[in-house]
Amino acid sequence: MIKVQALSHRIGRAEILADIDLALPEGKITALIGPNGAGKSTLLSLIARLMPVQAGQISVKGLDVAQTPTRDLAQVMAVLPQSPSVSSRLRVAELVGFGRWPYHQGRPSAEDHAQVAKALEVFALTALGPRFLDELSGGQRQRAHLAMAFAQATDWLLLDEPLAALDMAHARALMQQLSALRNGGRSTLMVLHDINFAAAWADHIVAMKAGRIVAEGPPAEVLTPAVLEALYDTPLRVEWFEGRPLVLYHL
Amino acid sequence: MRLVTWLSLALITLAALSLLVGAADLRAAFAQDGRAALIFWGSRVPRTLAVMLSGAALAVSGVVMQQILRNKFVEPGTVGTGESAALGLLAVTIFAPDAAIWVKMLAASVAGLAGTAVFLRLIRAIPSRDVLMVPLVGLIWSGVLGAVVLHIGWQTDLIQLVTVWLMTGEFSGVIAGRYELLWIAGAATVLALLAADRFAILGLGHGLATGLGLRPAVVVRLGLVVVAVVTAMVMATVGMVPFVGLVVPNIVSRIMGDNLRKSLLVTALGGASLLLICDIIGRLVIHPYEVPVGTVLGIIGAVLFLWLLWRAPALG
Repeated sequence: MIKVQALSHRIGRAEILADIDLALPEGKITALIGPNGAGKSTLLSLIARLMPVQAGQISVKGLDVAQTPTRDLAQVMAVLPQSPSVSSRLRVAELVGFGRWPYHQGRPSAEDHAQVAKALEVFALTALGPRFLDELSGGQRQRAHLAMAFAQATDWLLLDEPLAALDMAHARALMQQLSALRNGGRSTLMVLHDINFAAAWADHIVAMKAGRIVAEGPPAEVLTPAVLEALYDTPLRVEWFEGRPLVLYHL
Repeated sequence: MRLVTWLSLALITLAALSLLVGAADLRAAFAQDGRAALIFWGSRVPRTLAVMLSGAALAVSGVVMQQILRNKFVEPGTVGTGESAALGLLAVTIFAPDAAIWVKMLAASVAGLAGTAVFLRLIRAIPSRDVLMVPLVGLIWSGVLGAVVLHIGWQTDLIQLVTVWLMTGEFSGVIAGRYELLWIAGAATVLALLAADRFAILGLGHGLATGLGLRPAVVVRLGLVVVAVVTAMVMATVGMVPFVGLVVPNIVSRIMGDNLRKSLLVTALGGASLLLICDIIGRLVIHPYEVPVGTVLGIIGAVLFLWLLWRAPALG
């Protein structure tokens, strides 16, 4: 479980997060949704210890992120920041290999090699393994980063807008992969921009606006016209399709 | 692995050549008792070692600087490390001229560290993520620091000393007893080689590095210490040696990528080889006189760098 208590965050005078309390369940795909500037990425970054906590407390599986050695946290949660830009000339397999670094610290075992090979295979990257990242398309690079996070084999996966660079087929493939992980007992927390991916795949939705949480719960409860129109300040329709909400915001 | 073997063989050959080339004729010296041994052990061996240590250390610290800044167009010589180290050395020379050598070296290293840390602050304050912005600011920063050093040197009648540090490096003054500080630079290089994985992960950016359980700030600090120590030792012993830290890492990166665990040793061997080639050329072109290695390197380095830029679009 990820527990957030009385979390507030400021950048200069601007209040980014205001007194957030959250308990995110294990074994589920949780989607953070909300308009631009709602504080979703900040919240994810704070949970992922990418920024120091200013006020409040965050724990992942009982480990306080401000107190626990970062290497221990790296074996509990894997993090993929928003559009990571790797300037190094690394091969795909080498990047994915770094996902095992929290475990071997430079001396990969047979188990580590097997995990890397599996991650490459799962993200259809085996053939691209020896290629340099800077020779790939944006989507392929994004998949390589996802494979790295996957190879880290942690209980929690924290992803900030992972679908941003992916085309339809790969976006769906990623969500299928995350849901297979969920069925295996692993948990995902992701910032999602496309609300219908949240509607179709998430088990738990946290809606944020202006640094506060305005709604939380299963898709059927959160993705209603009343909640969403207030959240995004725009009129929209919600239909049902195969037992899941489908948000028509583009019409 | 094959590249490492080839480079090692090349380096051994170059080292052997370096031991045989110089103003004095070793064969003639054999006729006189003990002179050959003196030339050999007192001058040739120290010089060859000094060149190799400097070359390897500068190339590796170039990589470290590039990983810290995530920019391929910087090296310690272009971000003010050398100039600030010279400033530290100058301060000790003025205020405590009789200080022990280790005090002077410590002052140079600490000042180099401080100057580079200030540069990192400067870069962080500049919002633009333009690749060329970082080296440009670095050149301005090192220019300002260099001007300060020259001004103080001028005012205190130490201009000769200062120019030896800041001007193009040369190894003709290296004899036994006057180069041993470079072993410290060598030790710092070994430290960087041992932390190769950490520097490679640092290059992924602070977000990914943190996610992988690395503490980026700690690795940056380690890198700054390596860079400052190497720069200070080389600067104080033979003067500033440009280009090695820029050209060698970029060539190695093009060929084998930035998996430093594999490539950093190649970079070190490449740096040692390049500097040794330049030093041997410098000893031969107007034999028995010498051209400073920095001058030769300036020419060869510029050509190599242009070649790199030329090829850049083709290899993306």
